[in-house]
Amino acid sequence: MLIGLALAAVSMAPAQSVHMSLPPSVTAGSAFSIPTAGSGKAVLYIVGQGQAIRRDVQMGEATMFPAGALYNAGEYLAILVNGASTESAGFYVSPAPQPETLGFLAKPSRLPVGIRGGISGAVYVFDTYHNLITTPLPVSLELANASGTMQSHTITTRNGVAWTTMDSAAKEGPAKFVARIAGVSSTRVIDQVPGDPCGLTITARPNNGKVTVQTAPVHDCSGNPIPDGTIVTFTETYNDQQSTVDVPIKQGIARVDMPAYPGAKISVASGVVAGNEIRWGGGK
Amino acid sequence: MIKRILVMSCALALPLAALADQPTVQVKPPELQGSRPLEKQTEAAVIRDYLQSWKSLRSAFDLNQPELLSPDFVGTAREKLAATIDQQAKLGIHTRYQDRTHDLQIVFYSPEGLSIQMIDNVGYDEQVLDHDKILATKRIETRYVVVLTPSDVRWSVRIFQAAAK
Repeated sequence: MLIGLALAAVSMAPAQSVHMSLPPSVTAGSAFSIPTAGSGKAVLYIVGQGQAIRRDVQMGEATMFPAGALYNAGEYLAILVNGASTESAGFYVSPAPQPETLGFLAKPSRLPVGIRGGISGAVYVFDTYHNLITTPLPVSLELANASGTMQSHTITTRNGVAWTTMDSAAKEGPAKFVARIAGVSSTRVIDQVPGDPCGLTITARPNNGKVTVQTAPVHDCSGNPIPDGTIVTFTETYNDQQSTVDVPIKQGIARVDMPAYPGAKISVASGVVAGNEIRWGGGK
Repeated sequence: MIKRILVMSCALALPLAALADQPTVQVKPPELQGSRPLEKQTEAAVIRDYLQSWKSLRSAFDLNQPELLSPDFVGTAREKLAATIDQQAKLGIHTRYQDRTHDLQIVFYSPEGLSIQMIDNVGYDEQVLDHDKILATKRIETRYVVVLTPSDVRWSVRIFQAAAK
């Protein structure tokens, strides 16, 4: 409200003589000058949301702002205070054109193999003063797997950001996800792990009055071995009684000794994946 | 009689003054680049938190208290604004911002859900004061590029930058 009244007052005031000349725009971090006319001493303020600067000014001379003095992009007011009179004008500071840093959001850091579009990356492009460069720029996004295969997309930024999705590889292992622009790069490592077990099968054999049940080497559907420590669940059902044993995979297989009840049904599962079922025939 | 008229006038004027400080807000439908759908609740929360951040900015710049920027601003946006407020305080000046209009549009929701980008064609008044003396007053129409990221219970402004119109 107060500002509104002041604006009205300013608009009704007689036009003041102009004592300073502003550049139409300034690039962040670049040198510029503001020439002034007249004589005597004055104070020049440069005020915006990005910076506030004060300079003592000799009227009639140009006030120099060296490189790096005004570096945050945005709208600014230049205010020349000469005794009781003030004069002000606005100007814009644009981001420097050269990218210097990237804000690279890559997700997830770990995922199963063979997921289409499962890896995403968003890149924000900044200049050396961490201003977002909003002019369109091409960003290269590459996902290189340990096996040597590579996916590559070149995306043009819009409002300073570019994004893409990539597929996780068929083979497990780390992948390097690299965002690159004009000699600047940022890397994230994506850990690609085997998927769920696939074709889970068990065999059984007698063992001193018990039955030893053992899986075949456990793989995912792409043939990647399921890591040791993954839990495999064996279930034995006999005369409406059920017993369950959780066993970690060791050296690629899971093995357990169970009571040898003739006619018992033994099944296997890992997570949500069920394997085959066998009926124990008493030594068969 | 005169006293009664004055009281009534004040009673009418106060809500009008309060209304005058509320910006006019227009929200355009999202024009998303990005694969992640934007739920209505998310959009509403982002806009609510962003408009709140202008209130914090107004107070922080007027009172020269950078701590008022939290929790609405985080990261680079907070660091830059706080540094400016410190500079103002050292120069003995402060700035009054009054946002008048916001014309908002969400333009990007990153696939992993960690950032939302919004364009705000904003109109605001800026008044620079040396203690109580007004140095300059200007009405500014500009375009802001804003990036918000989620924190525990809200969206916070991480990038806050006026861009060329």
